[in-house]
Amino acid sequence: MSKQIREVYGEALVKLGAEHQDVVVLDADVSGSTKSGMFGKAYPDRFYNCGISEYAMMGMAAGMAKSGKIPFVNTFAVFETTLGLLAARTFMSYSGLPVKMMGAYGGLSDAYDGATHHSLEDIAVMRTLPGVRVMVASDAATAEWMVKAAIETPEPMYIRLSRDAAPDCHPAGAKFTLGKGMMVKDGTDVTIIACGLMVSTAMDAAQELQSKGISVRVVDMYNIKPIDAELIIKCAQETGAIVTAEEHSVIGGLGGAVSEVLAKAGALVPVEMIGMQDTHGESGPYKELLRKYGLDAAAIGKACEKVISRK
Amino acid sequence: MEKEKKEYLDSLCLEFRKTLIKTLHAIQTGHPGGSLSVCEILTDLYFNDANISPENINDRSRDKIILCKGHAAPMLYINLAKKGFFPMEELKTLRQINSRLQGHPCTKETPGVEASTGPLGAGYPLALGVALADMHDGIDAYTYAILGDGEINEGVVWETAMNASKFHANRLITILDWNGVQLDGTNEEIMPMGDVALKFKAFGYNTIEVDGHDVSAISAAIEVAKTCKDRPTIILAHTVKGKGISFMEGDHSWHGKAIDDAHYEQAMKELGGEA
Repeated sequence: MSKQIREVYGEALVKLGAEHQDVVVLDADVSGSTKSGMFGKAYPDRFYNCGISEYAMMGMAAGMAKSGKIPFVNTFAVFETTLGLLAARTFMSYSGLPVKMMGAYGGLSDAYDGATHHSLEDIAVMRTLPGVRVMVASDAATAEWMVKAAIETPEPMYIRLSRDAAPDCHPAGAKFTLGKGMMVKDGTDVTIIACGLMVSTAMDAAQELQSKGISVRVVDMYNIKPIDAELIIKCAQETGAIVTAEEHSVIGGLGGAVSEVLAKAGALVPVEMIGMQDTHGESGPYKELLRKYGLDAAAIGKACEKVISRK
Repeated sequence: MEKEKKEYLDSLCLEFRKTLIKTLHAIQTGHPGGSLSVCEILTDLYFNDANISPENINDRSRDKIILCKGHAAPMLYINLAKKGFFPMEELKTLRQINSRLQGHPCTKETPGVEASTGPLGAGYPLALGVALADMHDGIDAYTYAILGDGEINEGVVWETAMNASKFHANRLITILDWNGVQLDGTNEEIMPMGDVALKFKAFGYNTIEVDGHDVSAISAAIEVAKTCKDRPTIILAHTVKGKGISFMEGDHSWHGKAIDDAHYEQAMKELGGEA
């Protein structure tokens, strides 16, 4: 079993925090959940537990960034991008302060806690902020790379993590790049452009479709903003049909972002969107929730067949 | 404070009030009330207590001034222009298209502006973050956060107060421009805050009350604040909204109203200036 994304994140913070003394970490009383507490244990003088004051925490991080620190703010994605949004807009976006906004428990991954704790709008919200990069970790390797990239890139960014474990999607030694997506499996009939844990689900779907004689390309779009328009257009041209898959509302997230690229380029191929269909979630085991809301390999497979039939 | 110093600062304040009225009358937009109440606070900081100038602006060891009540931007800009951050002449571009002087302070556009503020409350945690970073690195500097009294309706002010107290942010000196009037009416009418001093005390602050239009009192309070080594200090500065212009004083309608010609002439007359 692969490691939980949050564990990978916590370990990366500790490891890279040793090399980068300017890294400071803030959390809002969920450091045991987000795993930022691992950093707090290692470097208590660079760790600020702000209690349950998400908005203040985001503003404090902005002030620290202004003073040359590299702040990582941590709380559940849903609270960070709602309660913290005004600070994110005014300071990270409008002022360009390079705070690293870490969205823990992205998507439905805080499954049992229910709809109030799911984060299904965060990508859409953060994507509208000028100058803010948006990334989604799909596995351990991408999560670790994102922490490193965040430290080395003096820009504000929103990075969505997950509570859960994800199978490795990328070969050892894969090279990730800011602003790019990555093809994780080639194919000719349709491209699934996915992000987060949906990348490995898309791989499962591709496997199943292969037995039906359908050749599926899978792309990990780990950068949502800026997005890899070139790769999207190439996939549209080469496979003629696109399915987007995200653990997020189909409104304004990856599906929206991909569609914007296709529409602007005039690369008008059929698109199907896998994601939350303008609805809230509910409590339940993670896997069962994903199945109920159409975020599993079977649903992706059906979407692929449908989009191919629309060609 | 020495007599000469006080006379100098008072003369600056008078000059700034005249410049404010002229500027806002010319552009027919902007916030006079809160700019007039915060005049002595900003002027004492920029021209007496805070170590900040165009020469040391990129030096981390200087003091920082964060105007949380960003709608008082006109008075901030006047102070910055007088300090030499940009030409006085530029004030007439305030709030106009392509200007560096935005309706609310913009740190990317305007030399000397510490933080982009305006959404009330938001600037306060940023100020705390700056102070905490300086304290962490042992930098001998103070961060001054200027809050409005309507602003303290915002929950984030109290979230920040909790954090300032928890992290012993004695390098954060907060000044409340307590003019008693917010946009829609008096504090009592709109949102009575009860015993403000007691509230901040209960949040762990050292509190000092002063006449916010007496530069020597403000300066003395700052000196006292600097002796407090374990807690943040808030200086509750009693002020008058629209201070210096009889018809604006205490009248909430002058929070953000354009100044017409008749009012302009009367205001300038009261300030002893040429209309």
